[in-house]
Amino acid sequence: MSITGIGAAVRRKEDHRFITGTGHYTADINRPGQAFGYFIRSPHAHAAIKSIDAKMAAGMPGVLAVLTGAQLAADKIGNLICGWMVHSDDGSPMKMAPHPALANGKACHVGDPVAVVIAETLAQARDAAEKVQVEYGVLPAIADPAAAQKQGAPQIHEVAPHNTIYKWHLGDANAVEAAFKSAKHVTKLDLVNNRLVPNAIEPRAAIGEYDAGAGTFTLWNTTQNPHVARLVIAAFVGMAPEHKLRVIAPDVGGGFGSKIFIYPEEVVALWASKRVGRPVKWVAERSEAFLADAHGRDHVTHAEMAFDAEGKVLALRAKTIANLGAYMSTFSSSVPTYLYATLLSGQYQIPQIYCEVDAVYTNTVPVDAYRGAGRPEATFVVERLMEVGAREMGQDPVDLRQRNFIKSFPHQTPVIMNYDSGDYGASLKKALEIADYKGFAKRKRESERNGKLRGIGFSNYIEACGIAPSQAVGSLGCGVGLWESAEVRVNPTGSVEVLTGCHAHGQGHETTFAQVVSDRLGIPIENVSVVHGDTDKVQFGMGTYGSRSGAVGMSALAKALDKVEAKAKKVAAHLLEAAEGDIEFKDGKFNVAGTDKSAAWGDVALNAYIAHKFSGQELEPGLKEGAFYDPKNFTFPAGCHICEVEVDPDTGNSEIVAWTAVDDFGVVVNPMIVEGQVHGGIAQGVGQALCEGAVYDKDGQLLTGSLMDYCMPRADHLPPMKVDTTVTRCPSNPLGVKGCGEAGAIAAPAAVINAVTDAIGTEQLAMPATPAAVWAALQRAPKAPRAA
Amino acid sequence: MAAKAAAVSLTVNGKPVTAEVDPRTLLVQLLREHLRLTGTHVGCDTSQCGACVVHVNGKAVKSCTILALQLEGANVLTIEGLAAPDGPLHPMQEAFRENHGLQCGYCTPGMIMTAVDIVRRKGNDLDDRTIREELEGNICRCTGYHNIVKAIAAGARAMRGSAAASQAAE
Repeated sequence: MSITGIGAAVRRKEDHRFITGTGHYTADINRPGQAFGYFIRSPHAHAAIKSIDAKMAAGMPGVLAVLTGAQLAADKIGNLICGWMVHSDDGSPMKMAPHPALANGKACHVGDPVAVVIAETLAQARDAAEKVQVEYGVLPAIADPAAAQKQGAPQIHEVAPHNTIYKWHLGDANAVEAAFKSAKHVTKLDLVNNRLVPNAIEPRAAIGEYDAGAGTFTLWNTTQNPHVARLVIAAFVGMAPEHKLRVIAPDVGGGFGSKIFIYPEEVVALWASKRVGRPVKWVAERSEAFLADAHGRDHVTHAEMAFDAEGKVLALRAKTIANLGAYMSTFSSSVPTYLYATLLSGQYQIPQIYCEVDAVYTNTVPVDAYRGAGRPEATFVVERLMEVGAREMGQDPVDLRQRNFIKSFPHQTPVIMNYDSGDYGASLKKALEIADYKGFAKRKRESERNGKLRGIGFSNYIEACGIAPSQAVGSLGCGVGLWESAEVRVNPTGSVEVLTGCHAHGQGHETTFAQVVSDRLGIPIENVSVVHGDTDKVQFGMGTYGSRSGAVGMSALAKALDKVEAKAKKVAAHLLEAAEGDIEFKDGKFNVAGTDKSAAWGDVALNAYIAHKFSGQELEPGLKEGAFYDPKNFTFPAGCHICEVEVDPDTGNSEIVAWTAVDDFGVVVNPMIVEGQVHGGIAQGVGQALCEGAVYDKDGQLLTGSLMDYCMPRADHLPPMKVDTTVTRCPSNPLGVKGCGEAGAIAAPAAVINAVTDAIGTEQLAMPATPAAVWAALQRAPKAPRAA
Repeated sequence: MAAKAAAVSLTVNGKPVTAEVDPRTLLVQLLREHLRLTGTHVGCDTSQCGACVVHVNGKAVKSCTILALQLEGANVLTIEGLAAPDGPLHPMQEAFRENHGLQCGYCTPGMIMTAVDIVRRKGNDLDDRTIREELEGNICRCTGYHNIVKAIAAGARAMRGSAAASQAAE
């Protein structure tokens, strides 16, 4: 391993600009002549827009325009779309309601944008927005997904009777029923996977700029996938042809899924820039983001697991209602179906699985992928059932898991996925050692002496990363292919630019992609630049989500590097006057086999461009190669997280006193960055389990609408974490990598709740397990264990 | 309605600055929009996240909580001024890089400015519990704080006796 190659804990190349305050986030960018947009949003969850009177606002200082949904429709700006088709059991397509970028005729959630004021300054736009008179006819609203399908519930969209978007299932209901009939023990749970607000610390932002002379648009945008944004805004919204629209995603301050989607505000910024003939900038306020960024999770599930007399799992079944909010966001349909039900086998040999999912509209902010996207929900179902099953049957939760682990690969689950590799026993064993499981009973007694209730919880998660291959996702309804592209440009001096269709917003691609190049070409990472996030530079790519950049993006890079090496060998052959077949490339040097003749990387790069040694007929000048990589399978990272908590029975406060994570991510490119990804994922999972939760009242008002009301995990909510890995190589991609971005968020909620319920002795505890919730659960517990 | 613009004179990163601002202008707006010092970030609208922390007269302040006009004569230090442009990084900046105390980088300037202030108040030997409690006003969504805590402990040790430490404490 070289000091900057694959496996090295290289310090990040991108850090210098971030620690010196010289990064360029969208809000930091200012365009000559720019004006500012401020959105007027519905204060009602469900309301007819009877009229919008902008006369007074239009006369306010600095106001350039007040634009509404009617004008948007008149300009033939198309609706936003959901790009993954899911069919109902009866074969009918999902019921996708129109989603205009500015509500036209009716507002469907609090925060639905109904008009935008464009003014010289932001302050002027805000002042004028207060003078826009919108007359609403308030309609009955529904926020509770479990009640949305009931008779008499308010109907939100005409296309979706009973607010039902689809009724979908996976698996064989009859076979599962038969397995349950033969079961010795059945564990049943009602679970709510709480609604979360992603809250990347950089609020979303957009600058739209129209060049009237060239007829082109440019969009600076906080997006995780600029090419997908361009495709949707060109092909579906119809703003401009694809070749007349440039999307730039500069430094992006966290995404976690919430910046995948194509949102109304960026469409309006582009459209308004043409209307007013000026660049238009919009930056979300945090409280606005609570009402405008797609939320995550929000499942209501009944789940059952059937065991035989030996504790072997016979079958699992689940019925889930998934709240997709007021409109179908870009990939919303896939999250509670193909990213959820397909992972319900967990790490276990489960012969039969059946899952039903009803997706519903409610008068709430749209819900879409948030770190983990469906897989945390699946893991929560499987790992809660496993833990509670063990407790009910009086078995050790570790033994029960081990007895049911999948032990040979490849393994075909009953729910589509074919696991390619893993060693679940190895991760568990290592985690048990690090967590000192044997010493838990003693620690529990010590806690009791201090008046605390100690609990331990396990989460043996599986995830499916890469979200590919294209053919597979296409057959499941995805509107795009999920390959990735890479281009390697070698300069005459031997330095290298890598262009990738992935996008980094905290993951450190500028370092890790450079490590892959350094490893392969033997050049220092300082001589490698990674270019991403600009549709004028990178031809096409699918962006970054689903922990796909390593498994798919780096595989594309590896493939492009194969081609670069092949071409460079031809150049070297001419340079060294040897047969191409005799050229060996090792450690950045080209050697003629069996001789001492060699050429350095830089010599070959230079000769590729000066081309003095070969004629352009036999070998083209230049050294630049591109590749598209379409994976053969998903990748399947898995691991074991162990959480230990101490609950104060007087206050209900749960303190996480130890955290152990042992993950199998396949080959690790940069262990420092991987550990950081795990830490961050755990924090988000702990947040979901202990403090975060978006709360709507019955009228559809978001009660947790700011960082004053919505509890984000802070430094003192979290413990130091012990993070380690085991490695089974991914057999389906050239580097053997699996992906690490979401593991923590997938594993953590079940680990925390399993620990807290172990401590308090009752399973009746919903997330977030706030002190109040835990205290109340303790009071309800039939035999509340009181500390001695 | 906007009131008449007023002038404010202060020192920012060692340079005298005079600006004409709308009286409702916040310090963070003065820095970002008038002086184009965009290293100081805005992450919320309720003074919760700490992305906008700068030093005013040597003490950490959330620059979204103070009006620019309150800064008459004040000495403001932002992330851009923490280290000399051509000089070495401040030990706390270096510690964040070395310990992978940042991912997306958005909260980072506020974290670093807060960290330097913690050292000023609590000294160079900081335990895990102290650092976590002192970070109560700063939110990071990426790192799970683990490496930020490590970075601050390391940065605090590295600041012991360094010239940069006295400069930051000014």
